[in-house]
Amino acid sequence: MADLAVHKEADHNAHASSSGISNVKLGMWLFLGSECLLFGGLISTYMLYRGRVGQGPTPAQVFDIPFTSVSSFVLLMSSLTMVLAVSSATKKDDRGTTLWLTVTALLGATFVGGQVYEFTAFKSEGLGFGTSLFSSSFYTLTGFHGVHVTVGIIMLMAMVGIIQRSEFPGSKAETIEMIGLYWHFVDIVWIVIFTLIYLIPV
Amino acid sequence: MSNAGYVRIALILGFITALEVSTYYVDFGPLFLPALLIMMSIKFVMVVSYFMHLKFDNKIFSMMFYAGLILAIGVYSAALATFKFFLS
Repeated sequence: MADLAVHKEADHNAHASSSGISNVKLGMWLFLGSECLLFGGLISTYMLYRGRVGQGPTPAQVFDIPFTSVSSFVLLMSSLTMVLAVSSATKKDDRGTTLWLTVTALLGATFVGGQVYEFTAFKSEGLGFGTSLFSSSFYTLTGFHGVHVTVGIIMLMAMVGIIQRSEFPGSKAETIEMIGLYWHFVDIVWIVIFTLIYLIPV
Repeated sequence: MSNAGYVRIALILGFITALEVSTYYVDFGPLFLPALLIMMSIKFVMVVSYFMHLKFDNKIFSMMFYAGLILAIGVYSAALATFKFFLS
Protein backbone atom coordinates (compact mmCIF):
# COMPACT_ATOMS: atom_id res chain seq x y z
CA MET A 1 0.00 0.00 0.00
CA ALA A 2 2.81 2.39 0.92
CA ASP A 3 4.53 1.64 -2.39
CA LEU A 4 1.31 2.39 -4.24
CA ALA A 5 0.94 5.72 -2.41
CA VAL A 6 4.48 6.78 -3.27
CA HIS A 7 3.94 5.73 -6.86
CA LYS A 8 0.70 7.72 -7.11
CA GLU A 9 2.27 10.79 -5.53
CA ALA A 10 5.09 10.73 -8.06
CA ASP A 11 2.61 10.42 -10.93
CA HIS A 12 2.58 14.11 -11.74
CA ASN A 13 6.31 14.01 -12.51
CA ALA A 14 5.88 11.11 -14.92
CA HIS A 15 5.60 13.36 -18.00
CA ALA A 16 9.20 14.60 -17.83
CA SER A 17 11.26 13.58 -20.85
CA SER A 18 14.94 12.58 -21.03
CA SER A 19 15.76 16.24 -21.78
CA GLY A 20 14.22 17.25 -18.44
CA ILE A 21 11.49 19.18 -20.20
CA SER A 22 7.89 18.21 -19.52
CA ASN A 23 6.31 16.76 -22.67
CA VAL A 24 2.90 18.00 -21.57
CA LYS A 25 4.20 21.55 -21.18
CA LEU A 26 6.05 21.39 -24.49
CA GLY A 27 2.87 20.20 -26.19
CA MET A 28 0.86 22.97 -24.54
CA TRP A 29 3.23 25.72 -25.74
CA LEU A 30 3.20 24.21 -29.24
CA PHE A 31 -0.60 24.26 -29.15
CA LEU A 32 -0.63 27.90 -28.00
CA GLY A 33 1.82 28.81 -30.78
CA SER A 34 -0.58 27.27 -33.30
CA GLU A 35 -3.51 29.11 -31.70
CA CYS A 36 -1.70 32.37 -32.58
CA LEU A 37 -2.20 31.41 -36.23
CA LEU A 38 -5.91 30.71 -35.70
CA PHE A 39 -6.62 34.02 -33.98
CA GLY A 40 -4.23 35.85 -36.33
CA GLY A 41 -6.40 34.73 -39.24
CA LEU A 42 -9.62 35.82 -37.53
CA ILE A 43 -8.18 39.21 -36.47
CA SER A 44 -6.78 39.85 -39.97
CA THR A 45 -10.14 39.02 -41.54
CA TYR A 46 -11.86 41.46 -39.19
CA MET A 47 -9.30 44.20 -39.92
CA LEU A 48 -9.88 43.73 -43.62
CA TYR A 49 -13.68 43.84 -43.41
CA ARG A 50 -14.31 46.25 -40.52
CA GLY A 51 -15.16 49.09 -42.92
CA ARG A 52 -17.55 46.98 -45.01
CA VAL A 53 -20.74 47.77 -43.09
CA GLY A 54 -23.19 47.80 -46.00
CA GLN A 55 -26.59 49.05 -44.82
CA GLY A 56 -25.94 47.98 -41.23
CA PRO A 57 -24.61 49.97 -38.26
CA THR A 58 -20.91 50.93 -38.05
CA PRO A 59 -18.60 49.77 -35.23
CA ALA A 60 -18.70 53.28 -33.68
CA GLN A 61 -22.51 53.16 -33.58
CA VAL A 62 -22.74 49.87 -31.68
CA PHE A 63 -19.59 49.54 -29.55
CA ASP A 64 -20.04 50.39 -25.88
CA ILE A 65 -16.46 51.18 -24.80
CA PRO A 66 -17.12 51.68 -21.04
CA PHE A 67 -18.91 48.32 -20.85
CA THR A 68 -16.24 46.45 -22.83
CA SER A 69 -13.50 48.14 -20.76
CA VAL A 70 -15.02 46.73 -17.57
CA SER A 71 -15.28 43.27 -19.20
CA SER A 72 -11.62 43.51 -20.26
CA PHE A 73 -10.62 44.46 -16.73
CA VAL A 74 -12.56 41.48 -15.33
CA LEU A 75 -10.76 39.08 -17.70
CA LEU A 76 -7.41 40.67 -16.87
CA MET A 77 -8.03 40.17 -13.14
CA SER A 78 -9.00 36.54 -13.81
CA SER A 79 -5.41 36.07 -14.99
CA LEU A 80 -4.25 37.23 -11.56
CA THR A 81 -6.54 34.78 -9.75
CA MET A 82 -5.40 32.00 -12.12
CA VAL A 83 -1.73 32.61 -11.38
CA LEU A 84 -2.58 32.59 -7.65
CA ALA A 85 -4.27 29.20 -8.17
CA VAL A 86 -1.12 27.85 -9.86
CA SER A 87 0.98 29.29 -7.03
CA SER A 88 -1.23 27.57 -4.42
CA ALA A 89 -1.07 24.29 -6.35
CA THR A 90 2.74 24.30 -6.39
CA LYS A 91 2.63 24.87 -2.61
CA LYS A 92 0.32 21.80 -2.31
CA ASP A 93 -2.39 24.06 -0.84
CA ASP A 94 -5.53 22.41 -2.23
CA ARG A 95 -7.89 24.71 -0.33
CA GLY A 96 -6.26 27.83 -1.81
CA THR A 97 -6.12 26.22 -5.25
CA THR A 98 -9.83 25.39 -5.16
CA LEU A 99 -10.69 28.92 -4.00
CA TRP A 100 -8.67 30.70 -6.72
CA LEU A 101 -9.82 28.30 -9.46
CA THR A 102 -13.45 28.98 -8.49
CA VAL A 103 -12.89 32.76 -8.44
CA THR A 104 -11.21 32.54 -11.86
CA ALA A 105 -14.16 30.56 -13.25
CA LEU A 106 -16.61 33.13 -11.82
CA LEU A 107 -14.67 36.03 -13.37
CA GLY A 108 -14.58 34.14 -16.68
CA ALA A 109 -18.33 33.52 -16.46
CA THR A 110 -18.85 37.25 -15.80
CA PHE A 111 -16.87 38.03 -18.95
CA VAL A 112 -18.85 35.52 -21.06
CA GLY A 113 -22.11 36.86 -19.58
CA GLY A 114 -21.03 40.36 -20.62
CA GLN A 115 -20.30 39.12 -24.11
CA VAL A 116 -23.74 37.48 -24.39
CA TYR A 117 -25.32 40.76 -23.21
CA GLU A 118 -23.23 42.70 -25.74
CA PHE A 119 -24.23 40.39 -28.60
CA THR A 120 -27.90 40.68 -27.61
CA ALA A 121 -27.64 44.50 -27.52
CA PHE A 122 -25.94 44.56 -30.93
CA LYS A 123 -28.62 42.30 -32.40
CA SER A 124 -31.36 44.59 -31.10
CA GLU A 125 -29.55 47.53 -32.74
CA GLY A 126 -29.75 45.76 -36.11
CA LEU A 127 -26.34 44.09 -36.19
CA GLY A 128 -27.05 40.45 -37.01
CA PHE A 129 -24.45 37.87 -38.04
CA GLY A 130 -25.29 38.25 -41.73
CA THR A 131 -25.92 42.01 -41.75
CA SER A 132 -22.54 42.90 -43.24
CA LEU A 133 -18.98 41.65 -43.70
CA PHE A 134 -18.09 43.69 -40.61
CA SER A 135 -20.70 41.95 -38.46
CA SER A 136 -19.84 38.45 -39.72
CA SER A 137 -16.12 38.88 -39.08
CA PHE A 138 -16.78 40.57 -35.70
CA TYR A 139 -19.11 37.85 -34.40
CA THR A 140 -16.81 35.08 -35.70
CA LEU A 141 -13.74 36.55 -33.99
CA THR A 142 -15.30 37.47 -30.66
CA GLY A 143 -17.49 34.33 -30.71
CA PHE A 144 -14.44 32.10 -31.16
CA HIS A 145 -12.79 33.89 -28.25
CA GLY A 146 -15.94 33.49 -26.13
CA VAL A 147 -15.98 29.74 -26.87
CA HIS A 148 -12.34 29.54 -25.76
CA VAL A 149 -13.22 31.28 -22.46
CA THR A 150 -16.18 28.91 -21.98
CA VAL A 151 -13.96 25.86 -22.57
CA GLY A 152 -11.55 27.34 -20.01
CA ILE A 153 -14.36 27.71 -17.44
CA ILE A 154 -15.37 24.07 -17.99
CA MET A 155 -11.75 22.96 -17.46
CA LEU A 156 -11.48 25.08 -14.28
CA MET A 157 -14.66 23.65 -12.76
CA ALA A 158 -13.68 20.11 -13.78
CA MET A 159 -10.33 20.68 -12.05
CA VAL A 160 -12.09 21.83 -8.87
CA GLY A 161 -14.08 18.56 -8.91
CA ILE A 162 -10.91 16.51 -9.51
CA ILE A 163 -9.07 18.23 -6.62
CA GLN A 164 -12.00 17.46 -4.29
CA ARG A 165 -11.57 13.74 -5.09
CA SER A 166 -7.79 13.79 -5.08
CA GLU A 167 -6.03 11.84 -2.31
CA PHE A 168 -2.73 13.73 -2.35
CA PRO A 169 -2.40 17.52 -1.97
CA GLY A 170 -0.75 19.23 -4.93
CA SER A 171 -0.80 16.08 -7.10
CA LYS A 172 -2.49 17.97 -9.94
CA ALA A 173 -0.07 20.91 -9.97
CA GLU A 174 1.14 20.33 -13.53
CA THR A 175 -2.40 19.97 -14.90
CA ILE A 176 -3.42 23.21 -13.18
CA GLU A 177 -0.35 24.93 -14.65
CA MET A 178 -1.43 23.78 -18.15
CA ILE A 179 -4.97 25.08 -17.62
CA GLY A 180 -3.35 28.31 -16.39
CA LEU A 181 -1.31 28.62 -19.60
CA TYR A 182 -4.49 28.16 -21.66
CA TRP A 183 -6.35 30.72 -19.54
CA HIS A 184 -3.60 33.34 -19.81
CA PHE A 185 -3.47 32.78 -23.56
CA VAL A 186 -7.18 33.53 -23.79
CA ASP A 187 -6.45 36.71 -21.82
CA ILE A 188 -3.62 37.87 -24.13
CA VAL A 189 -5.82 37.25 -27.18
CA TRP A 190 -8.40 39.56 -25.61
CA ILE A 191 -5.69 42.18 -24.92
CA VAL A 192 -5.09 42.26 -28.69
CA ILE A 193 -8.81 42.13 -29.62
CA PHE A 194 -9.71 44.93 -27.20
CA THR A 195 -7.08 47.26 -28.66
CA LEU A 196 -7.38 46.46 -32.36
CA ILE A 197 -11.13 45.92 -32.59
CA TYR A 198 -12.64 48.21 -29.95
CA LEU A 199 -10.21 51.07 -29.35
CA ILE A 200 -8.87 51.76 -32.84
CA PRO A 201 -11.61 53.52 -34.82
CA VAL A 202 -12.34 52.49 -38.44
CA MET B 1 7.74 35.04 -7.99
CA SER B 2 5.73 35.84 -4.85
CA ASN B 3 1.96 36.41 -4.73
CA ALA B 4 2.61 40.07 -3.91
CA GLY B 5 4.68 40.27 -7.10
CA TYR B 6 1.75 38.88 -9.13
CA VAL B 7 -0.59 41.46 -7.57
CA ARG B 8 1.87 44.24 -8.50
CA ILE B 9 1.95 43.00 -12.11
CA ALA B 10 -1.86 42.91 -12.17
CA LEU B 11 -2.04 46.49 -10.85
CA ILE B 12 0.36 47.66 -13.58
CA LEU B 13 -1.76 45.83 -16.19
CA GLY B 14 -4.90 47.47 -14.82
CA PHE B 15 -3.24 50.90 -14.95
CA ILE B 16 -2.13 50.39 -18.57
CA THR B 17 -5.68 49.28 -19.47
CA ALA B 18 -7.01 52.52 -17.96
CA LEU B 19 -4.49 54.48 -20.05
CA GLU B 20 -5.57 52.57 -23.16
CA VAL B 21 -9.23 53.39 -22.53
CA SER B 22 -8.32 57.06 -21.97
CA THR B 23 -7.02 57.25 -25.59
CA TYR B 24 -10.62 56.72 -26.71
CA TYR B 25 -11.74 59.92 -24.95
CA VAL B 26 -8.60 62.12 -24.98
CA ASP B 27 -7.13 63.33 -28.28
CA PHE B 28 -3.51 62.13 -28.47
CA GLY B 29 -3.11 63.34 -32.07
CA PRO B 30 -0.58 61.41 -34.18
CA LEU B 31 0.65 59.57 -31.06
CA PHE B 32 -2.71 57.81 -30.67
CA LEU B 33 -2.00 54.68 -32.74
CA PRO B 34 1.67 54.12 -31.75
CA ALA B 35 0.83 54.68 -28.07
CA LEU B 36 -2.04 52.20 -28.21
CA LEU B 37 0.03 49.53 -29.98
CA ILE B 38 2.94 49.98 -27.56
CA MET B 39 0.64 49.67 -24.52
CA MET B 40 -0.98 46.56 -26.02
CA SER B 41 2.46 45.02 -26.62
CA ILE B 42 3.63 45.81 -23.07
CA LYS B 43 0.52 44.14 -21.60
CA PHE B 44 0.95 41.13 -23.89
CA VAL B 45 4.63 40.62 -22.97
CA MET B 46 3.96 41.15 -19.24
CA VAL B 47 1.26 38.46 -19.12
CA VAL B 48 3.36 36.03 -21.18
CA SER B 49 6.57 36.69 -19.23
CA TYR B 50 5.27 36.82 -15.66
CA PHE B 51 1.85 35.13 -15.48
CA MET B 52 2.81 32.40 -17.98
CA HIS B 53 6.32 32.25 -16.46
CA LEU B 54 8.00 32.31 -19.88
CA LYS B 55 10.68 34.67 -18.55
CA PHE B 56 11.76 32.12 -15.92
CA ASP B 57 11.11 28.90 -17.85
CA ASN B 58 13.13 26.86 -20.33
CA LYS B 59 13.95 28.87 -23.48
CA ILE B 60 12.53 26.14 -25.73
CA PHE B 61 9.01 27.10 -24.59
CA SER B 62 9.67 30.72 -25.61
CA MET B 63 10.88 29.48 -28.99
CA MET B 64 7.73 27.37 -29.46
CA PHE B 65 5.40 30.22 -28.64
CA TYR B 66 7.19 33.14 -30.27
CA ALA B 67 7.81 31.08 -33.43
CA GLY B 68 4.04 30.65 -33.79
CA LEU B 69 3.41 34.30 -32.95
CA ILE B 70 6.04 35.68 -35.36
CA LEU B 71 4.85 33.30 -38.09
CA ALA B 72 1.28 34.52 -37.57
CA ILE B 73 2.29 38.19 -37.65
CA GLY B 74 4.41 37.64 -40.78
CA VAL B 75 1.83 35.59 -42.69
CA TYR B 76 -1.11 37.84 -41.91
CA SER B 77 0.82 41.08 -42.43
CA ALA B 78 1.71 39.78 -45.88
CA ALA B 79 -1.91 38.78 -46.49
CA LEU B 80 -3.15 42.24 -45.41
CA ALA B 81 -0.48 43.94 -47.54
CA THR B 82 -1.74 41.93 -50.53
CA PHE B 83 -5.15 43.51 -50.00
CA LYS B 84 -3.48 46.97 -49.73
CA PHE B 85 -4.70 47.23 -46.11
CA PHE B 86 -1.76 49.38 -44.96
CA LEU B 87 -2.26 51.90 -47.75
CA SER B 88 -5.86 52.68 -46.78
